[in-house]
Amino acid sequence: MITVLQPGLLTTVQDLGRFGYQRFGVVVGGALDRFAARVANVIVGNDENAAVIECAQRGPELRFERDTLIAWTGADFGATIGGEPLPPDRAVRVHAGETISLGVARTGLRAWLAVAGGVDVPLVLGSRTTYRRGGLGGFAGRPLRAGDTLRGGEASDWSQSFQRRAGRVSTWSVRPQTLGKPAAAGAVRAMRGPEWDWFEADAQRVFFATEWTATKDADRMGVRLAGPALPQRTAREMISEGVADGVVQVPAGGGPIVLLPSRQTVGGYPRIAAVATVDLGRLAQLAPGRTIWFEEITVADAQGLYLARERDLNRVRTGLARLAS
Amino acid sequence: MRITPVGDAALRIELGEAIGETALQRVQAACAALDGTAIPGLVETVPAYTTVTVHYDPAAVAAAGASADDIVGWLAHRIERALVSASARSLRKGSTVEIPVCYGGEFGPDLERVAAQAKLTPEEVVRRHAAGHYLVHLVGFSPGFPYLGGMAPELATPRLARPRAQVPAGSVGIAGAQTGVYPLATPGGWNLIGRTPRRLFRPEENPPVLLQPGDRVKFRSITADEFGRLEVEK
Repeated sequence: MITVLQPGLLTTVQDLGRFGYQRFGVVVGGALDRFAARVANVIVGNDENAAVIECAQRGPELRFERDTLIAWTGADFGATIGGEPLPPDRAVRVHAGETISLGVARTGLRAWLAVAGGVDVPLVLGSRTTYRRGGLGGFAGRPLRAGDTLRGGEASDWSQSFQRRAGRVSTWSVRPQTLGKPAAAGAVRAMRGPEWDWFEADAQRVFFATEWTATKDADRMGVRLAGPALPQRTAREMISEGVADGVVQVPAGGGPIVLLPSRQTVGGYPRIAAVATVDLGRLAQLAPGRTIWFEEITVADAQGLYLARERDLNRVRTGLARLAS
Repeated sequence: MRITPVGDAALRIELGEAIGETALQRVQAACAALDGTAIPGLVETVPAYTTVTVHYDPAAVAAAGASADDIVGWLAHRIERALVSASARSLRKGSTVEIPVCYGGEFGPDLERVAAQAKLTPEEVVRRHAAGHYLVHLVGFSPGFPYLGGMAPELATPRLARPRAQVPAGSVGIAGAQTGVYPLATPGGWNLIGRTPRRLFRPEENPPVLLQPGDRVKFRSITADEFGRLEVEK
């Protein structure tokens, strides 16, 4: 059992998303950086889709009522356990009665905390993800509040065996940002979007040549960027259709918006580009005022990067499985 | 039919140029065909007015035998093959759903605005809105939100210049030539003309929505008293 002493700014229970219901208009949601959440789960021996605790900007203070194993990944939060530093990307043993404080994001915005066995909340439409607007999923369909108590699921055999033998902090670490082939600092790799041809040649050039600034107009649905205008060749009305994570849509007379996992299921704005899945985590960490630039790659390139990162994660899994045997 | 990537984990299948029943039928046939075919790596399909968007997992597609540099081609080929059989399948027959609406008053604060725009009395707007035969073209925006075609053209009213921060669940609205119903309390810029006590999103049921593409909708004008009674029953 975990008691929420301080809830933090926007702390929610998330798994990898509520898939299969977009046709009914139900948003997918899930951890805003799914890969970082998967890695946190792998570190504590969980199923990758186990529910984790997502923190934004100011993390929660949590008291653990029984011994367990935890790991957190994401931005630089300066987390502590009993006042001592709680390093990211590592398996950490927590004893009954101990309190962790996730701290405050110093760079970036978000972090994911995995607990051995996962956070045990009911499945709603096949997922444990919090869907705030619908008031369902996660913990009571809402962000955590002080006094809430969360139940942990049953820890895996690996996790139990590791807990018996490990020290306070694992000697090894798995940093999600370093797996696969990370982009250069400040870069986000992106493909041409389905409506690329709708934009003026100059807009196409400018899109990949601009340093874009993240605005305050950002949430779990998307991030609006500030920069030069991206005019279309001719004013065309788009017929609404399905959208995807990472799609960069350009509303008339507004900055481009990169869609994130809590996006709507359909949209009606032309899409100049789409961010590669492997770089979506960077958008989840983009604090207002920070800048990024888009580096053009092909769809096959983006998929190659995705497969390379999956291979790396597979190697990590195999390595960790050996540790417990 | 044209298949184009939407990023590295989705494809868009184009099945028509314009909103209409022909496109809707093609979209529904395509979805039925994809639902009935096991395509490796396919996560889910999202039908819209003239398109179907297919979300997939590139790693699962590669694991099923696609070469890493031709995941899109491999998948597009299988989708095309599945769609060839689409016309032969029987479609889910849309049902006709009655939606009781209490028009005007506190439930329809923009009824006067719509009436002024149409140069009709509010009563006549209600009569014409409730007399329409509507077809669900798309479910999206929020869970169970139906985009309905078939509204009398004279009722068309531009969106509000300033969207409301909160539109109550059940609100019936008009935006341009479209009419729809808000299943959840969300921000929104549609002109609100009434409210229904029926729930359009009901996560405890399968399917979790009252209306699906292809369904027909009839609105029935009810009094505030009847609204109250129906609300208590639900």
